[in-house]
Amino acid sequence: MAYSDKVIDHYENPRNVGSLPKDDTNVGTGLVGAPECGDVMKLQVKVNPETGVIDDAKFKTFGCGSAIASSSLATEWLKGKTVDQALAIKNTDIVAELALPPVKIHCSVLAEDAIKAAIADYKKKQGEKQGAVEAAAQPTA
Amino acid sequence: MKLPIYMDYHATTPVDPRVVDAMLPYFTQHFGNPASRNHSFGWEAEEAVETARKQVADLIGANVKEVIFTSGATEANNLAIKGAAEMYREKGNHIITCVTEHKAVIDTCKKLEKQGLRVTYLPVQKDGRISLDELKAAISDKTILITIMAANNEIGVLQPIAEIGAIAKEKGILFHTDAVQAVGKVPFDVNQNKVDLASLSAHKLYGPKGVGALYVRRRNPRVLLAEQISGGGHERGMRSGTLNVPGIVGLGAAAALAKAEMATESVRLSTMRDRLNKKLHDNLDEIYINGSTEHRLPHNLNISFAYVEGESLLMGINDVAVSSGSACTSASLEPSYVLKALGAGDDLAHSSIRFGLGRWTTDEEIDYVVEKLTTVVRRLREMSPLYEMVKEGVDLSKMQWVTH
Repeated sequence: MAYSDKVIDHYENPRNVGSLPKDDTNVGTGLVGAPECGDVMKLQVKVNPETGVIDDAKFKTFGCGSAIASSSLATEWLKGKTVDQALAIKNTDIVAELALPPVKIHCSVLAEDAIKAAIADYKKKQGEKQGAVEAAAQPTA
Repeated sequence: MKLPIYMDYHATTPVDPRVVDAMLPYFTQHFGNPASRNHSFGWEAEEAVETARKQVADLIGANVKEVIFTSGATEANNLAIKGAAEMYREKGNHIITCVTEHKAVIDTCKKLEKQGLRVTYLPVQKDGRISLDELKAAISDKTILITIMAANNEIGVLQPIAEIGAIAKEKGILFHTDAVQAVGKVPFDVNQNKVDLASLSAHKLYGPKGVGALYVRRRNPRVLLAEQISGGGHERGMRSGTLNVPGIVGLGAAAALAKAEMATESVRLSTMRDRLNKKLHDNLDEIYINGSTEHRLPHNLNISFAYVEGESLLMGINDVAVSSGSACTSASLEPSYVLKALGAGDDLAHSSIRFGLGRWTTDEEIDYVVEKLTTVVRRLREMSPLYEMVKEGVDLSKMQWVTH
């Protein structure tokens, strides 16, 4: 199977490989896929709580070249976007940008799932933080 | 050293130049049809075919009349299994095979199942071999054929065919073996192994594509097969169609070379294969050999590189031609059914690479492949969330994965 130049570029020079501190309340982590299916993506976003803008994004992927490229591209796109803008990223955008063939569309779906999971995790943490603050403010009976 | 490096000799082999030389006159000079009985063009072609038949027979310890030429091993497997099932229908309707067989055997058996035959697919043990006790237990008075491969095309594991042959003989059941990967690589004798039918292919032993043979036992017992291709009654009526003379000459020449060189070549190959294996193990942790190391073809190595996906590994070594059992290298999105059958887990099937060494593999190439693979595996592990989790002490088997 021939890969597009963009897939090869992301595979050879992946952007934003690494990990962010997953216990940080401003970091959201998404872990999607399964080893027995042949692909697992971990995608993390670090959000500025004041502005709601994603300051940093990192990934690690176990998967084929297209899966690596999809997650690498996703982290590139996430940086500088607000959380709501990030949620608007569609797998079809990734397919178009990387010229993925039909058998590789699931890689882009996984990347979209990873974005959504990371942001859901961030929101959950923020909610808990908010909840914790409110709970602390409540006078104890 | 020339790049790219070919290390996928189980898929196919280049034609040996000595084989090409033997074939060439049969395209333009001696182009006759061996079925032409009344002129010298036909006689020359027939003589060449009979010489080749003798060369193939000699390689497998057969009688010259027991070799039927086909278009390849897929056809030979189809002819053996369908031909026997049809011919011995009244005797029984049960076939025994195994889950790691080549698709040419499995799909042929599935087709027969649709036509009402019963097929038992024996599992394999962790080392890739069938259990002889399970084979014995599967035999019934309706069993007409056992078909078990001599050597596996992915993991190179040798099945205990001599023992299977003895069991089949004792029970009066025909024994067919797909011997494509074994013939010319390891000693294979139809009488020592009590084989009744054996398939082989030229392009796996440095001969041309599009030609193969089926060994059909003529004595004790005399095996009969229902023809699957009807026509002029060639090849003792079992396989009609004008003979592919240049191809057959090539198969014969390739068989003669394999017979002459097997003893030294298999030692050379297993030494290189063991060096490849040792160097990879020296450089990398958590790599696992798939299948028996004891009962194995001398030129095969199949390794899983844990936490790294096979296709991404192949992408990183794109100047080395090898295969992976990863789903991503197939259209089906299913990892190798052979590796799955070993029960090691689908994740290891996704991480596997098959190395097939051959006649032109050099030590220099082995060194290059080791260097390159080591670098790529390390790089991809740095990128692998699984490797990171394991290093953090997470037990991957206890994780709740979000499957898709």
